[in-house]
Amino acid sequence: MRLVIASGKGGTGKTLVAANLAASLAAEREIVLADCDVEEPNLHLFFPSEEETLPVMTDVPEFDNSRCTKCGKCGEFCQYGAIVVLKDRIMFFPEMCHGCGGCEIVCPEGAISLKKRPIGHVAFSAPRERIILVTGVMNEREVMSPHVIRETLAYTAGHPLIICDAPPGTACPLVETLEGADACVFVTEPTPFGLHDLKLAAGVAEVLGIPSGVVINRSMGDDEIIREFCQSRNLPVLMVIPFDREIAVAANSGDLVIEKIQGMKTRFIELFEKVRALPGVE
Amino acid sequence: MLVCITSKGPTPENPVEERFGRSPYFLFKDTEGGDWSSVANKFADAAGGVGPRAAQTVIDKGAHVLITGNIGGNALPVIQAAGIEIYQYRDSGTAGEAFQKYVEGQLKKFS
Repeated sequence: MRLVIASGKGGTGKTLVAANLAASLAAEREIVLADCDVEEPNLHLFFPSEEETLPVMTDVPEFDNSRCTKCGKCGEFCQYGAIVVLKDRIMFFPEMCHGCGGCEIVCPEGAISLKKRPIGHVAFSAPRERIILVTGVMNEREVMSPHVIRETLAYTAGHPLIICDAPPGTACPLVETLEGADACVFVTEPTPFGLHDLKLAAGVAEVLGIPSGVVINRSMGDDEIIREFCQSRNLPVLMVIPFDREIAVAANSGDLVIEKIQGMKTRFIELFEKVRALPGVE
Repeated sequence: MLVCITSKGPTPENPVEERFGRSPYFLFKDTEGGDWSSVANKFADAAGGVGPRAAQTVIDKGAHVLITGNIGGNALPVIQAAGIEIYQYRDSGTAGEAFQKYVEGQLKKFS
C-alpha cells in the first residue's frame, strides 16, 4: 500500500502526521517513508541519521558549433524557452530545460546531442528499526520537481507499505506524488485558508480516483467549516488533533509527539486502520 | 534603426506594456520612416520561459532598439548578446509617444 499525506495548504501538519504515523506503525512492520516535498524536504528533521545519496539527472542538449547553422529550429521547437538562437551563437538556459530531447530530434544538422545534468539527489537512511527514509531533494533554481519526485518514488517501488509526505499545493508536484497511490490523507486546519486549499487538493484526488480522508489539525473544538465540506464530499474525518501547546513544543523541537504525549501512538494506529477501511482501499 | 516597443495593443495608440516577456504585443517602427507593424506575443500567458521566447521574437524581427518598462533576468542577457540597445519607458503614455521620446533622445538607456 502506498499512502500519501497531502494538504493543499502548506504548514498544516503533513510532516507531523507522516512522521508520527510511520513511527507508530514501525513498532510492528517495515515502513518506507518517502519525502516527496522535494523543494523543501523536512521529514529528516524528525529522523536525523546518516544518509547515502544518489544523484537525480536530467537530459540537456549539447550543441556542436561546427555543425550548427543557427537555423533556429531547436529554439522554435522548445516549449520552455530554454534555447534562443542568435545570428552567431546559441544561448541555452539549462534550468529552464525540461529534458524532453525534442531539440535533438528536430535538428536537421545532427548538431545536438544529449548529456546528463544533475538537478537533485535522493537520500537514503535507516533512522530507526523498520523505517527506511527516502528523501527527494531538488537543487535550488531547478524547476523539474515532478522528475525528482518520480525518481524518489521509483526507489520505493514494490515495498508493501510506503508513506509519502507530499508537497503542498495542488499542481504537478502533488499530481506526481498522488498518481498511482492507494490512499490519501489530507491534513487540514479549521481556518478559511485550510478549507480553501483542502477543496482544491481533494478535487485533485477525486479526479485521480484515489480514496481519501481528512485529518483536522490544530482543532479548537469548532471544526464546522471543515466538517461541513467533508460531509458534502463524502470525505470521512479520520482524526482530529487538538491545538495544543505540548504538541507544538514536541514538533518544533523535532520530537515525535507519540513519544511525548500519552495515547497519541494508539490514535495514529487507529488513523491507519481507518485509512485501510476506506472504500476502495485494498 | 528598427525600434521595438512593448505594447498592450497592436497599434501605436495603445499604452506601453511595462513587462517585456509578458507583453501582449511587440510593435516595430523604423526611425527612417515607414509604417508601424506588430507581432502578437503568443507566449504572453505561458507558464514559464516567456522572457527568452519574447527575446527570440524581437531578435528575429531584426530590431536594433528595444523600449520597455522592465526586463527579466533570462531575457536581458539574450537581448544584450544580440546587441540590441534597451531603453526604459515607465510612464503611462502610448507606444507612439514612447517612440517619439526615443527619437528626441529623452529616454534613459537601460544598463
